[in-house]
Amino acid sequence: MSNLSTTTAEFASAADAAPAPSPRGIRPSDDARGSDSGSGLPNARKLASGPSADALDATPWAASAAPALQAGRLSSLDTLESEAIHIIREVVAEFEKPALLFSGGKDSVVMLHLATKAFWPGKVPFPVLHVDTGHNFPEVLDFRDRTVERLGLKLVVGSVQEFIDRGELAERADGTRNPLQTVPLLDAIQRNKFDAVFGGGRRDEDKARAKERILSLRDEFGQWDPRNQRPELWNLYNGRHTVGQHVRAFPISNWTELDIWRYIERENIELPGLYYAHERQVFARDGMWRAVGEVSQPRPDEDVITKTVRYRTVGDMSCTGAVESNAYTVSDVVVEVAASTLTERGATRADDRISEAAMEDRKKDGYF
Amino acid sequence: MTTAAVLPADLETALPTTLFRFATAGSVDDGKSTLVGRLLHDSKAILADQLDAVARTSADRGFGGDKGGIDLALLTDGLRAEREQGITIDVAYRYFATDQRSFILADCPGHVQYTKNTVTGASTADAVVVLIDARKGVLEQTRRHLSVLQLLRVAHVIVAVNKIDLVDFSESVFRDIEAEVQQVGRELGLGSDGISDLLVIPVSALDGDNVVERSGRTPWYTGPALLEVLETLPAADELESHLESFRFPVQLVIRPQGALAPDAVAAGLDVEAFRDYRAYAGQITEGSVKVGEQVSVLTPGQAPRTTTVAGIDFAGASLEEAAAPQSVAIRLADEFDVARGDTIAAAGTVCEASADLYAALCWLSPKPLREGQKVLVKHGTRTVQAMVRSVSGKLDLATFKLEGASSLELNDIGHAQLRLAAPLPLENYLHHRRTGAFLVIDPLDGNTLAAGLVKDHPGDHEDERYSI
Ligand SMILES: Nc1nc2c(ncn2[C@@H]2O[C@H](COP(=O)(O)OP(=O)(O)O)[C@@H](O)[C@H]2O)c(=O)[nH]1
Ligand SMILES: [Mg+2]
Repeated sequence: MSNLSTTTAEFASAADAAPAPSPRGIRPSDDARGSDSGSGLPNARKLASGPSADALDATPWAASAAPALQAGRLSSLDTLESEAIHIIREVVAEFEKPALLFSGGKDSVVMLHLATKAFWPGKVPFPVLHVDTGHNFPEVLDFRDRTVERLGLKLVVGSVQEFIDRGELAERADGTRNPLQTVPLLDAIQRNKFDAVFGGGRRDEDKARAKERILSLRDEFGQWDPRNQRPELWNLYNGRHTVGQHVRAFPISNWTELDIWRYIERENIELPGLYYAHERQVFARDGMWRAVGEVSQPRPDEDVITKTVRYRTVGDMSCTGAVESNAYTVSDVVVEVAASTLTERGATRADDRISEAAMEDRKKDGYF
Repeated sequence: MTTAAVLPADLETALPTTLFRFATAGSVDDGKSTLVGRLLHDSKAILADQLDAVARTSADRGFGGDKGGIDLALLTDGLRAEREQGITIDVAYRYFATDQRSFILADCPGHVQYTKNTVTGASTADAVVVLIDARKGVLEQTRRHLSVLQLLRVAHVIVAVNKIDLVDFSESVFRDIEAEVQQVGRELGLGSDGISDLLVIPVSALDGDNVVERSGRTPWYTGPALLEVLETLPAADELESHLESFRFPVQLVIRPQGALAPDAVAAGLDVEAFRDYRAYAGQITEGSVKVGEQVSVLTPGQAPRTTTVAGIDFAGASLEEAAAPQSVAIRLADEFDVARGDTIAAAGTVCEASADLYAALCWLSPKPLREGQKVLVKHGTRTVQAMVRSVSGKLDLATFKLEGASSLELNDIGHAQLRLAAPLPLENYLHHRRTGAFLVIDPLDGNTLAAGLVKDHPGDHEDERYSI
């Protein structure tokens, strides 16, 4: 595949953080680094130190949990959180067997965090579903298992590898497996009789996703029909479906990448370490830095070097790129994302660079 | 992606932004997508890779002739068919932020399914921007849009007279259109009823005049630019949270019975103290509530039961007070049997449940509505069967008068009476935007047929302005 970026020639990196001149008087910051970037504990989750005086306040994020009304209005983050929790509770109340897609990626981690808040002090009342490409970052799988354990959840895994081994899926010429996830996903939905599947999809990710409903009906074949969607009115979500159909629910539809990061910061949410700056052996391909790993090997003409990078999305290791970054802490990342000039998919997903309609085509076939 | 307008230096000191939702409406080619593209572009919400893709496609199609340029509409037209046909098919949502606010924008296409799309966008919007082509002035479509916005009680209506560059920035063209818009507004009661306001702004979406900044090319216009207006208007939540009538439809009961969240337990939650925990989860639809206040539990078919609020919990924090649109869990002092579908409301403002539903309906489906038809009505957290007793008329958009009709078709707005299989706590939409709204659903395929707005029973005192 040729390098598709014509004018965006440089690799995605924190250097993109230099804001373009703005008609609205954007003030660039002189210091884009957070002050405590050396703490080396980007994932440290601040746990409440034992039971507090008021038993009700004993929760890992109690300090930040109380939404503050400022001048009679909720902040945009509190409003988005409230909306997402309303949607999660509606789906749990109206569907028989929901499940949550959980990959260990930041959006799905935020989704799970919202679910724990929605049902506190009870358990999250549904299982999580992971569609495993077999091309994983080991630390992400490890994070997935620890999280499931910590929250006492049931984990259902749909495996791309098993389908390939059984000859029901064929490896693609380019070796990437993101597009192969659809079949195991639909299979897991059918076999487990899930009637609603929560996804962490956000409308700001992609032009096709921008057209997605919060509750989105899928037919017997898992297909999305963007031209015949139900109108979504007020906060009344219509999830009616017939046998064989299911519904995808996107409670964080209205969040942006920056909202996600601000929320992760505010709530002290733990993420896999690769979201923060670290040293890694990488090589350049298609205008992105690819990690060296079992399924991601450089060709003879591609030099391997060590760089300080982080990931903005995590997916199939063979097609997810890293960005050069010195964002060691969550507040560094907030600063970096706020000033970035590339979308997260444009910067890090080779599969979405193929065409303007790549996501639309995958979604029509039943992708996340 | 959110714009970089809120920058690092500000992050520490600036108050968190608040959310503002708005929608665009207009006829095909009035420039909705271009305006949306302009707002995103000028507020830096468009990132380099998105702009590259759009620039390439614009060049491939020879956009702007020799002059060149970027077709900003491509930024929102997200489906392949839309880009190929140069039209917008479905509502697209976009996000941008300034240092004041985060915006959620619904770009609502104006062709065949205009009512469906406008109603969808307007139902959650704090404001709607209606576009008019300065060369064409107020069209029938404009009257339709304004009447829908009036019906839905959108708090702020902004009319953008677009393509002002194509009429040489003429003040007289603008003033004529402005006068006509105000006239239509008066006929509809829009902007003069104390509920909504109506503003008219001359803009060029293509060139950016009066979109983000005031333009030197319209010196005769002294009002604010569009974005200034959007940054300062009060949001509907702000208006609704101040209403006296607290309303809280119960979504579900949180009653772990010992099955507590392991992470909460690990963090020190007192298991004994939570053995009999029971709270009602939901989102406050209007008003506010304090611990210790008297509330009534409304269960349709039963007399209201009054008790006090023992606690307001949210994910481990106990709140003294909460307001719309917060999602919380409420504990009551008395052990009532409360379930999904019940409503907790401020004591003394109780609304009675009724099985007779009088409503205005925006018909959104190609399947027409017929008298005698069986449908489902989804209201708050309840869905009940219903029968259409009668259609009492539909709105003539030329005169804004109700004319006789016995059925409603796609895009029609009419009045109907429904008989419900079980009573619902219905409230007049005029006074309660959330608990006065409902969906009409097709029991056969589950599709949404109509947006419904509860009216008072005929014979009861009815607000003049509401009788579209
Ligand atoms: N001269 C001029 N052309 C405009 C303006 N706004 C939009 N257009 C053009 O009008 C046409 C229709 O615009 P579009 O945004 O697709 O309209 P929509 O159908 O309402 O979304 C396109 O060719 C635009 O470039 C404007 O302010 N001035
Ligand atoms: Mg358009």
